[in-house]
Amino acid sequence: MAETKEKSLSDEKPKPRVRPIVRLGIFLISHSFHVSVVCCTAGVLALFLLPVLAKNTYISENALMPGSASPMLSNQHVSDGNRLVKDLTNPNSKSSETGIESHKIIAQYMLDLGAEVSFHKFHPQMNQFHPLHFFSSPDSGKIQENYSCSSYGINTVGIIRAPHGDGKEAIVLVTPYNALKSGFGEALSLGIAYSVFSLLTQVTWLAKDIIWLVADSQYGEYAAVAAWLREYQTPKFSSLSTPNAEMCPDVNNLFELKGHSISGSKFSNSFRRAGTMASALVLKVRDQNEQFEDTISIYAEASNGQMPNLDLINVVNYLAVHRQGLRVNVEKLWSLLNSSWLKSLGEIFESLAKVAKSLYPKWKFGIPATEYVEGTATLASSLYYQALGVPTGPHGAFRDYQVDAITLEISPKFSLDKVWRNDILLRGGRLIEGVIRSVNNLLEKFHQSFFLYLLTSPSKFVSVGVYMIAFAFLIAPLPMVAASLYVDANSSSNCSKGDSSTPSAITDTDEHSIAIRSWRWLNSAKLVFIVHLWGAIVSLLPYFISQIPDCSPTTSFMIWVLLSILSLLTLNSVLASPLACAKATQEKEWALVKSVTISSVFIGLGLMSVINFATAEIGALLMVPMCLLAQPLKLDVRAGTLRSFCRMICNLVLGHIAFPPAALFLLKGMLDGFGNANVGDFWMWVESLWAWNSATYLFIVEVTYIFSHG
Amino acid sequence: MVLLQRPHILLLLIDTHQFLQCWIAFGSANEEGQQQEEFSEELLVKPLPDHKLLAHFHFQSSAPPSTSNGCHHHLFPKAISQLVQKFRVKEMELSFTQGRWNYESWGGFDPISSSNAKPPGVELWAVFDVPQHHIDASWKNLTHTLSGLFCASINFLESTATYSTPEWSFPPASGNVRYGTFPCEAVCTENLTPWLRLLPCRDKAGIALLLDRPSLYRGFYHSQRLHLTSTESSSEGIDSGIILEQTLTVVLQPNSERAIEVHASEKHVQPSWSLSSIFGKQVSGRCVLAKSSSVYLLLDWGLVAELKFPNKENGKSAANGLTSENFWSNPSFELSVNPDRIFLEESSSHSKSLSILYMFQVEKYSESEPFDIGLMWKVPVAWLCQQTPLHASRFFMGSGNERGAIAISLKSTQFTEGFMSANSKDGSCELRVDVFQVVPWYVKVYFHSLRVFVDQQPRAVSDFIEKIHVSPSKDKMSPGVMEVVLKLPCRVNTAALTIEFDKGFLRIDEYPPDANQGFDIPSAIISFPNFHASMVFLEDDSLNRSPLLSKFQEKCPVMSYTEVLLVPLTTPDFSMPYNVSTIKCTVFALYFGSLLNVLQRRVAEEERFLKAKAAKKTGRLPLLLSKLSAKLRGSGINQD
Repeated sequence: MAETKEKSLSDEKPKPRVRPIVRLGIFLISHSFHVSVVCCTAGVLALFLLPVLAKNTYISENALMPGSASPMLSNQHVSDGNRLVKDLTNPNSKSSETGIESHKIIAQYMLDLGAEVSFHKFHPQMNQFHPLHFFSSPDSGKIQENYSCSSYGINTVGIIRAPHGDGKEAIVLVTPYNALKSGFGEALSLGIAYSVFSLLTQVTWLAKDIIWLVADSQYGEYAAVAAWLREYQTPKFSSLSTPNAEMCPDVNNLFELKGHSISGSKFSNSFRRAGTMASALVLKVRDQNEQFEDTISIYAEASNGQMPNLDLINVVNYLAVHRQGLRVNVEKLWSLLNSSWLKSLGEIFESLAKVAKSLYPKWKFGIPATEYVEGTATLASSLYYQALGVPTGPHGAFRDYQVDAITLEISPKFSLDKVWRNDILLRGGRLIEGVIRSVNNLLEKFHQSFFLYLLTSPSKFVSVGVYMIAFAFLIAPLPMVAASLYVDANSSSNCSKGDSSTPSAITDTDEHSIAIRSWRWLNSAKLVFIVHLWGAIVSLLPYFISQIPDCSPTTSFMIWVLLSILSLLTLNSVLASPLACAKATQEKEWALVKSVTISSVFIGLGLMSVINFATAEIGALLMVPMCLLAQPLKLDVRAGTLRSFCRMICNLVLGHIAFPPAALFLLKGMLDGFGNANVGDFWMWVESLWAWNSATYLFIVEVTYIFSHG
Repeated sequence: MVLLQRPHILLLLIDTHQFLQCWIAFGSANEEGQQQEEFSEELLVKPLPDHKLLAHFHFQSSAPPSTSNGCHHHLFPKAISQLVQKFRVKEMELSFTQGRWNYESWGGFDPISSSNAKPPGVELWAVFDVPQHHIDASWKNLTHTLSGLFCASINFLESTATYSTPEWSFPPASGNVRYGTFPCEAVCTENLTPWLRLLPCRDKAGIALLLDRPSLYRGFYHSQRLHLTSTESSSEGIDSGIILEQTLTVVLQPNSERAIEVHASEKHVQPSWSLSSIFGKQVSGRCVLAKSSSVYLLLDWGLVAELKFPNKENGKSAANGLTSENFWSNPSFELSVNPDRIFLEESSSHSKSLSILYMFQVEKYSESEPFDIGLMWKVPVAWLCQQTPLHASRFFMGSGNERGAIAISLKSTQFTEGFMSANSKDGSCELRVDVFQVVPWYVKVYFHSLRVFVDQQPRAVSDFIEKIHVSPSKDKMSPGVMEVVLKLPCRVNTAALTIEFDKGFLRIDEYPPDANQGFDIPSAIISFPNFHASMVFLEDDSLNRSPLLSKFQEKCPVMSYTEVLLVPLTTPDFSMPYNVSTIKCTVFALYFGSLLNVLQRRVAEEERFLKAKAAKKTGRLPLLLSKLSAKLRGSGINQD
């Protein structure tokens, strides 16, 4: 575009007929201010319209056939499950302080069903921060040297081999269980899983192996599942002189199961495998609940905003709603539910839809205001969790290995009588059975339905094609503004030159100066690059700071700030003092710098939207206005008009809000009140983020450098 | 109508039977010295430790060499003999399998499991007696013929990318072997029916009557096998014709009413069974064309050791005396039919106990008095089958669509622990393990990345690999083959081989119908050449020895198959061709549009037009005049 502009500038006298597409480009660039205002508002508006545009989910893969077979789980299996629940909640089983007894009980129950059982011992592994491992595949993990016998977890794994199957694929059922302080909910989830498991040992339709993983959650649910998956997918054959868990005395007696006649062949202490995992379900039962209905919550977000195939959620939703009569919900931002402005927005949309419908009866896109508010709350939480990049449950570990997985959390209406318990066992069990049966029907892996979507309710989704429109609107002004700024910078210098020299003396020296001028942007690019470099250094600093032992979050944050400033100063002095140089020419060149910054932001956001849409969207919401409004404060102060004053205020406010620590501070303040917010919190937050290799982390410091241009 | 017709058919059948019987008697009397076509049917039943039952049908037909007997066959299936003659097959084995053989609880060391445990799907290997350059052509023709004969997609094995040429690790070591597997073939009754058609009595009489389809396919493992050896055209002196061996191995659950909760004490009692309860049918007499027809009940030596027969010395001597009470009316079980004979295993590598074989002659039974053995357990027994020296399992490592690794892990079993401790007193004992692995070309294996771990320690490859033969895969041409001979110390606990691979890309037309399912990697064959699975039973007369028992006596190396693996490859979006064509059309339209635009435009026409426009601003009249003059001049030129 800049080229065309130059061309149009060079030959002014005989105006050539410009082609429409070029003319459109020139028009857009010359009116970039209005265009960007319109585009940004359209982007935000489109974002708020997403709940209205959401489509109903449908089961895309025909082979799934959910609910086509009547459930086979009978009261017999339920009473089996009840027996296990009773045994586990029995105070005798908790006598052992390591909780080994309850693992033995579970293993014995599995053995009685004829399943293959093995224990998997693991040492909880802290999430290590590898600065450059964001998108690489998970590795087999570092071997830590200081394992002690006291800190290991035991996963109990039971495998049913499909009688006719060829063992190429497997379905995983995970129940987190903490043997040390298990609530009734966890025991109940084991009961449900056991009743399903006991049914599955008898059925003939099984085509895929079933793995039941009782994950020891005393070091966190995710850690246990991740450890098991690591062993499953990337086992280490060599154990180089690390103290094995086998050497610990109480692990050994784990394997001395009570003399069982067939246990000899079915039980082994080596790691057992089944084939490629087709999908995984994590089942949890919440302990307390104050709802009036039995509900089931679906958690789907895995690391870096990856989602399981929509069909998996559809199947669960369909079976829960239409077969078992459970209410399904997905995570919402509860604070948004009561916001009045959202409600009024919903009412506006509703009334608009009514008007549209009265104009033409086939336009039916309106949804009731309450539904809109709920949809927005769900969408917001969906965006938030995808943007954060931290998995919402143990299912996240599966996604790292390209296995579709979700967490189901059943929260029953609470009462203690036996009928209720049987009821929840039956319905939960039938739901799990149905899902497993559907997945079992699957010949191919999940591929039919969407992987890129945002949920607005359990049965409504916004697909990638729709939500990208909002994003495209948001970032569309960036290249235009960049181009117009570039052109302005060039033309203004041209004009000044033109004034100084007579027009007749346009000779080859001018050609030369044009050549120089056209490379002038390199200067600003260098500046931008240096700031980027500084951003990268700042983002890598926490890794080294975390190596310092015994640091409270506050002090480490302080160290971080100090080091960041120090690194900026160093860079400043080493690399030809770019900022000082910039200061001298800033007044002339700020437009060029801004143009380069904006184009780099545009490229960055575009790339980010491919990697993690939600992060890009939220980033765009923050950064696009900031980029567009940014202007040196000095100029604004000097101009002294009302408009520039407003712009200055906007700049300052936006700049501060978008600075991540400030943003977190505000967010925390809004949620908890300003009193208990602390600088250390930001450290903790960042720490938790990088622990999950979140891409958001890359983003955060990226934002910081823009601020420096303000 | 059907009811009315049935008696006639029965009568007809009986008539033909009688006629045939006479004819056979006549024939045998006539050609005393010469070999003739023979058929024998046998069934072996064996209780398995995990409350299941193994039934092994063994049908064997043999034809004398065609030089002495011409091309006519009385019993032998003509299709097979033609096939042998046409393609000059020396030895061939074809197996259809559904389900997995559970090496851990069903054992892997006895002759039944080491020769009848097969990988899921179709496995075919053949040895040809033709010159080297004709072998591939013969193989192609053979696959097509078998595919037609057995209603299976064996013809997919025709392409060079699916079959391989094992050099020496595959048991019938010879250069003329071709080996191919097709793991995703669904095996069902449509494959069984043509297989039964090769039997002289089909499934209308004799032991094959038991082959009730629903109960067979309800089982946990089902493998039908066809093995033929021919010395038809061999240059060696012995000329015994063609021997066709058809076996069907099924593992069934005797009583399926497990849902009825039994008491905890009774839960571990082995379920009692009878042939009629398993198969839903009874044997009403033998197939009249069969030379011998017998049912065996095999009690594993592990089981025999548990049962504790009152006094073994007595038993051994009584084996000759045929009927010793304490062999079948044991305190722990009871047989419903008295066996005709009892065989004791002659000797075995394990001195703990000896297997017992009960034999029942089917000839004695008839339509009115059908044969049906049953076994009733009285007390719970638990035993273990003898396992392979090392238990092999294979799995994938890594994730993602780019690369991964195949790992074969070997673990010692209880058997080896006992056996090795007895065998390795001098400490120099070695365990030889042969690994044969075929990998399709789209899994690009890097053979240099082969690593060996022994007892959880990474070791140098040369320390344990004695011999290795590798033929790298060629894209779309041939699969990669790896044959390794491992020498492991006897006291090894675990060993593992890992090898890395990259996943290849296929063209869109090379994907199978359900491409998103993933691609199968055929089972690896792990064999232990130092160990031979054989069972030698004492037999008094060698003249009419049973083919099944003589098969047991053959020394075949212990073999086991690993799991089939499923490798997910990147699959294109199959609606892509449509998208591609639309995009292509758009691009073409844009390109040609602009090209035509450029070609049509005249250089400097635009400037002239602009100038004219500028001139237009000066006044309308001169413009009109100039236009007129131009027109006049133009027409003048034209007129000239």
